[in-house]
Amino acid sequence: MSLDPRGRSHPTYIAFILHRVSGLLLALFLPLHFWALGQAIHGEAALEGFLRWADNPLLKAAEWALVVLLALHLAGGLRVMALEFLGWRARQKDMVAASLGLAFAAGVLFLLNVG
Amino acid sequence: MSRGAVHLWAAQRVTALFLGVAVAVHLVTIIIAVRGGLSAAEILGRTQGATAWFLFYCAFALAAGLHAAIGLRTIAAEWLGWRGRGFDLAWLGIGLLTGLFGVRAAWGLYVA
Amino acid sequence: METLKAPETLKVRVWRGDAAGGEFAEYAVPARENQTVLDVVTEIQREIEPTLAYRFACRVGMCGSCAMEVNGRARWTCRTHVRRVARPGEVLELRPLANLPVIRDLATDMAPFFDKWARARGQFQPKDAGDGAVPDDFAVVPPESKARREADAGIECIGCGVCYASCDIVAWNPDYLGPAAMNRAWTLVNDVRDGARGARLEAVSGDAGCHSCHSTQSCTQHCPKNLDPSSAIAGLKRSLFWDSLLGRRG
Repeated sequence: MSLDPRGRSHPTYIAFILHRVSGLLLALFLPLHFWALGQAIHGEAALEGFLRWADNPLLKAAEWALVVLLALHLAGGLRVMALEFLGWRARQKDMVAASLGLAFAAGVLFLLNVG
Repeated sequence: MSRGAVHLWAAQRVTALFLGVAVAVHLVTIIIAVRGGLSAAEILGRTQGATAWFLFYCAFALAAGLHAAIGLRTIAAEWLGWRGRGFDLAWLGIGLLTGLFGVRAAWGLYVA
Repeated sequence: METLKAPETLKVRVWRGDAAGGEFAEYAVPARENQTVLDVVTEIQREIEPTLAYRFACRVGMCGSCAMEVNGRARWTCRTHVRRVARPGEVLELRPLANLPVIRDLATDMAPFFDKWARARGQFQPKDAGDGAVPDDFAVVPPESKARREADAGIECIGCGVCYASCDIVAWNPDYLGPAAMNRAWTLVNDVRDGARGARLEAVSGDAGCHSCHSTQSCTQHCPKNLDPSSAIAGLKRSLFWDSLLGRRG
């Protein structure tokens, strides 16, 4: 079934899509992340070897994207929890905007510190 | 059946509550840690023998693994039509395994 | 001396067909200063295509029977002016409500929608008269109480199906109860005179119920009565969570 985008352009729908896509990508990344850190089991040299391999612009960009996705998913999740557990029905659109702001801030902070 | 779905939903929200705090800590750690580049010595200097960090990462990994698997279950049900008790149990297993895989990594960082 | 201006025309794409399938047919009607989408459909049926099937009754936003997909979004056609959804020169596109079986053309079968109200236990069950007898005295429900305000917030639903047609979860899971049925359940959960709280919460729990809602809030966004079914569903989740945790469920 195809869903018509014309009735689905309001902020809370976009927030849902962002939350779902960020969650999906983070869930797929999680095993990779654990595998990479698990290199430590084979000693410091193994972990250092992985980190040097990952030290290139492409993977740095991917890391940046993951930080932004994580911040986005965190902020979007807080909005959903506020609605579900606290019944905050007012200012939902402002909360969507604040979520985007938090993800943006995390992305900028990462870029300012990386390298 | 519907009780099972309710428990999964509750598990996802309870893990989310913890993850809300843990991810905030994680983001701050990342942004501090990437200053001047990542190195194994720097990471292990923080985690080796640090029991508090080890326990934090164990809880973080288990919560994230479970939370992610329950989310994947929902997406698979809605977008792929994968529904039913068999799938539910499989997702639960995947969540626990992913979490334990993370605990293994945390152990590595603790004792390395 | 005034010159006679030829009336401008409004192009309308109307979905024609039945449960087996169908396609768009194009019509042109005079564009008027003041016309609702329902006026346009009626004009097509009366002047051009007498076999066009559609449904309406009151024409003034009280009955909730004329809802259709207007340019990709579910709306009451009687309360939607053409100029609000199509700029001059733009085509008006009409389809039957989504997520419901089509009977013919723009008329859908609302039975699955209302069956779900019953499945969500949308009927009031008097607490002190399980057999349906008339209670001895009036129940006192303070208008300012929290429960009463929650119930009031959702009580004006007239069952038009706009929220149901706007809901992604219904599209993805045909068993999903949908916003209207659960909005109704939430008004009853907050009705202090009602005695079926436990059974109702049970009926709206799980994958076919409130726990599948992702708060996209399309229902709240599109409700012509400005109700907030999304928050009602969140309230059901909240009630089920605390009732389960505190052992209040049977």
